[in-house]
Amino acid sequence: MTLAEMQFVVPKLGIASAEIFVLAMACLILIGDLFAKDRDRTITYVLTQLTLLGAAVVSVTGSGAEEVSYTFSNMFVADRMGDLLKFLVYISVIAVLSYSRAYVLDRPEMAKGEFYVLCLFATLGMMVMISASHFLTVYIGIELLSLSLYAMVAMNRNSVAATEAAMKYFVLGALASGLLLYGMSMLYGATGTLEIPAFAERLFKGAGYDGIIVSFGLVFLIAGIAFKLGVVPFHMWIPDVYHGAPTAVTLFIASAPKLAAFAVVIRVLVNGLILFSHDWQMMLIIMSVLSMAVGNFAAIAQTNIKRMLAYSAISHMGFMLLGMGTGVIMGDPSFIISAYSSSMFYVVTYVLASLGAFGTILLLSRAGFEADEISDFAGLNKRNSWYAAIMMTMMFSMAGIPFFVGFFAKLSVLQAAVAGGHLWLALVAVFFSLIGAFYYLRVVKVMYFDPPASAEPIEATMDVKLLLSANGLAVALIGILPNGLMMLCTESLADSIVF
Amino acid sequence: MEFRTFVFYFLAAILVFASLRVVTLRNPVHAALHLVLAFFSASGIWVLLQAEFLAIALILVYVGAVMVLFLFVVMLLDIDLDRLREGFWSYLPLGSIVALLVVAEMGLVLISRYWGVLESEVPQAEAGYSNVQAVGRLLFTEYVYPFELASVVLLVGIVAAVALTLRGKRKSKSVSPSQQVFVKAKDRLRIVQMPAEKGD
Repeated sequence: MTLAEMQFVVPKLGIASAEIFVLAMACLILIGDLFAKDRDRTITYVLTQLTLLGAAVVSVTGSGAEEVSYTFSNMFVADRMGDLLKFLVYISVIAVLSYSRAYVLDRPEMAKGEFYVLCLFATLGMMVMISASHFLTVYIGIELLSLSLYAMVAMNRNSVAATEAAMKYFVLGALASGLLLYGMSMLYGATGTLEIPAFAERLFKGAGYDGIIVSFGLVFLIAGIAFKLGVVPFHMWIPDVYHGAPTAVTLFIASAPKLAAFAVVIRVLVNGLILFSHDWQMMLIIMSVLSMAVGNFAAIAQTNIKRMLAYSAISHMGFMLLGMGTGVIMGDPSFIISAYSSSMFYVVTYVLASLGAFGTILLLSRAGFEADEISDFAGLNKRNSWYAAIMMTMMFSMAGIPFFVGFFAKLSVLQAAVAGGHLWLALVAVFFSLIGAFYYLRVVKVMYFDPPASAEPIEATMDVKLLLSANGLAVALIGILPNGLMMLCTESLADSIVF
Repeated sequence: MEFRTFVFYFLAAILVFASLRVVTLRNPVHAALHLVLAFFSASGIWVLLQAEFLAIALILVYVGAVMVLFLFVVMLLDIDLDRLREGFWSYLPLGSIVALLVVAEMGLVLISRYWGVLESEVPQAEAGYSNVQAVGRLLFTEYVYPFELASVVLLVGIVAAVALTLRGKRKSKSVSPSQQVFVKAKDRLRIVQMPAEKGD
């Protein structure tokens, strides 16, 4: 093609309006923050929350596209799964910022405008990941998210643990990005395209590529994604980062990025490489079983609740991968929607429970005091029975006790595994969940039956009270009526999985 | 000899000379300046290969940014040459193995017919074809989305660097004239009553 033949078509910007809005607002807030006089950064905080709310409104009303639409030379895809996951990302970042507001104000190192700006850029990175339909945008989205997170983890410069956590996260994250890029370059070498739909098309045509190179690239790709998800054997960074990072940042890392990582798994593995599902399903199943084993056993030994929840995150991501690994049965893809939607339901409910659990930890923390030991929760029921009830709901949900939302999430993933003919896998998963129930219930026991550690009343602003209560009620109510969310996941996935 | 060939050998000779001086000179500032010369000659060779974009990028990025930074670091740090040179003999075996490996690899690629470098044709561009224009056109049309996002990644890098290193305003030693005028004697001067000493 010569230059004269090349016609430039202006991309459809409307589809990406939420991304453009968040980017523009992040830049405005970055500049506006320079002129802000108040030390509390109230204006920056309010503007950040309004930006996220605005993006949520835009993504609910604006696109609403029934069909899958591409723009920016097929690098950006807008579909219902993307809309749903992005909406959940906005909501969880809003919750993260509200829960951590008091915590951040108490710590002068964190109470800077950059904290909010980096939050917005990380959110933008997640949006790019969710909407990526090109290996290049997958990679740039991941980098945008990770780079913001590294800085946020290191933000509390006076804490040695935080600096160490940031260093570990940065070095291991750079390594994982390298693996991811190497895998992508292999896939490019095999098929000559980085565009995920075109890539899948070339694989389906069958001729003209070397299957061994694709499998080889796939291994590296999965290693990179597994690192971002934090599953065994790529989980080393999770406990240290969760433990060392300021609790506000831990809450951020433990919530929304899981949704974005799930979207990347769907975009890359399912939409791009479904033809190689036999290869990647086996890898996912092995990682899933290992994660459930390591996560649940290691969590028992923890006395620090942030570390305990970190190991629990590893086991939950393993459980989620179980659904991803059992979709295609003997080369027959007719069950994939139900299997993958159970995984999606699992991620969404895990993020809800994780938000509530870390939110409660933030609530108990004060200036110069981190409530991150399990013993800090002793007698919480006597100090404030409502917050104790919320924390109990989160723990029950994570443990998978019936009629909390985590139970239905586990049940649907197990159904997918059994339908896929992996009865032994389902049994292994139930066994590890039983072990996991021990350490969740220990927190509940400490809250209800141990004498209070301190009699200090727990103070919270009105918005945190309301949001945390809504969060707890959501976990309890979706547990009673899970069908609505399940339908939403199934329908949006059915639209987005194209091959 | 064709003029092109003459230019190539001219640039290559300067490149080899400058690179040698980088590792042999004692003065680190002179070494860094020779590295700049090496970059210039290398970018000249790229222009000969019709890769103008790479040539310009090399000058802008490496000479304009990286080397300036390097020079600043070299000038600002007090480098102890003797400490750098100690351990030269103990590192020599490992260093020479690495150097031999590099030479062997280059020889394999250039000489062996199995690696096929010599067989591959350099694509001949038509007259008036500019690869700067081609790269620019692609960056701002087809790849505009990742291009813009890459700039956001850079912006995050800047914000993160500032957030992690800026430790508030440093106390300046400047004097505010308006406050200085209103100063009173009792703010600065302490009058102490002392018994007069008796002179002999």
